[in-house]
Amino acid sequence: MTTHDHEHGHDDHDHHDHDHPHAPRKDHDAGPAGAYEVLEEAVRSLLIEKGVLTAQEIAASVDLMDSRSPALGAKVVARAWTDPVFKKLLLKDTRAALMQVGIDIGAAPEFSTVENTADVHNVIVCTLCSCYPKMLLGIPPAWYKSLAYRSRTITDPRGVLVEFGVTVPRDVEVRVHDSTADLRYIVLPMRPKGTRGWSEDRLAAIVTRDCMIGTALPQVPA
Amino acid sequence: MIGTFLHGSQHMPQPKRKTMLRKGAGGRAAHDVGGLEFGSIDREEHDPALWEKRTDAMLRLLVGPSKRAFTVDGMRRVIEDYGQQQYDRTAYYEKWIRAVRNLIVEQGVVSREEIEARMAEVREKFEKAGRKASKEKIPW
Repeated sequence: MTTHDHEHGHDDHDHHDHDHPHAPRKDHDAGPAGAYEVLEEAVRSLLIEKGVLTAQEIAASVDLMDSRSPALGAKVVARAWTDPVFKKLLLKDTRAALMQVGIDIGAAPEFSTVENTADVHNVIVCTLCSCYPKMLLGIPPAWYKSLAYRSRTITDPRGVLVEFGVTVPRDVEVRVHDSTADLRYIVLPMRPKGTRGWSEDRLAAIVTRDCMIGTALPQVPA
Repeated sequence: MIGTFLHGSQHMPQPKRKTMLRKGAGGRAAHDVGGLEFGSIDREEHDPALWEKRTDAMLRLLVGPSKRAFTVDGMRRVIEDYGQQQYDRTAYYEKWIRAVRNLIVEQGVVSREEIEARMAEVREKFEKAGRKASKEKIPW
């Protein structure tokens, strides 16, 4: 997702070419268990035992969130770029527009779509916690939840954007949207030049997660 | 049991707020960080671990329309009361699962003792399966 490569510190898929009898590692959770992982299992098993939740409900809810990813948001953006009626509805009533393309945000708080134009660049943040349009983009990146991003984006948005590689011209207004527990924002980026006649799928492919947070701009491959 | 849970809150005493202020931040609560200085943004990314995804899932179910065990505001109240030190050093989903723990105890669904006892069992299960498990205490 980002431009830099990195190793997953906990993603420890070392190859066991010796003949230990133990089973191969299956997932991220195979290292030592942290106290909070222990707590999670304790809470989950107690809630299931007490009949408050079922294991099936939890698994289905994990699957639901796994099905939400920036690709979903990118499809919505591409549709807005190619269908002016849909775009109008998206800006006016995001929930209804998403419903129209089969995306149900369910009991999630309201979404509002903010449009980048030649005069305005939008960026989203949540200074008080880390509210994010999760039902459209999936679980937020760690940096979005970091104290550094939450604190600085409202006072030095242009500086933060430069760190992300986006230089907003002086004559373009930067609007920072501070999300709340009851209202989340999503940025509708500007359709870049050089994309005339592109299909929705091709357009969607250039819309990254960060474009919809406002920390990146869609790039047309050279 | 679920009935007891859903109505439990009506019989529970109103929890006392103990919001602690952030040092040198002009009377702000610990979570109110907009405009303060925390240095550069670490853009390292990692996929959430399964326990983090399950925490996210449980929270969404518990606050959702079919359970209404507590509200997002209730969870925020617990997290925002951690105080600066705890707030700054506890990771995102750590804050969440800790808040869920406190809220289900507050609602009378489980007791502290049940949670602590179950944690000991889970640790033992992990160790038996050849996995080390942290004995770090998680503050209440």
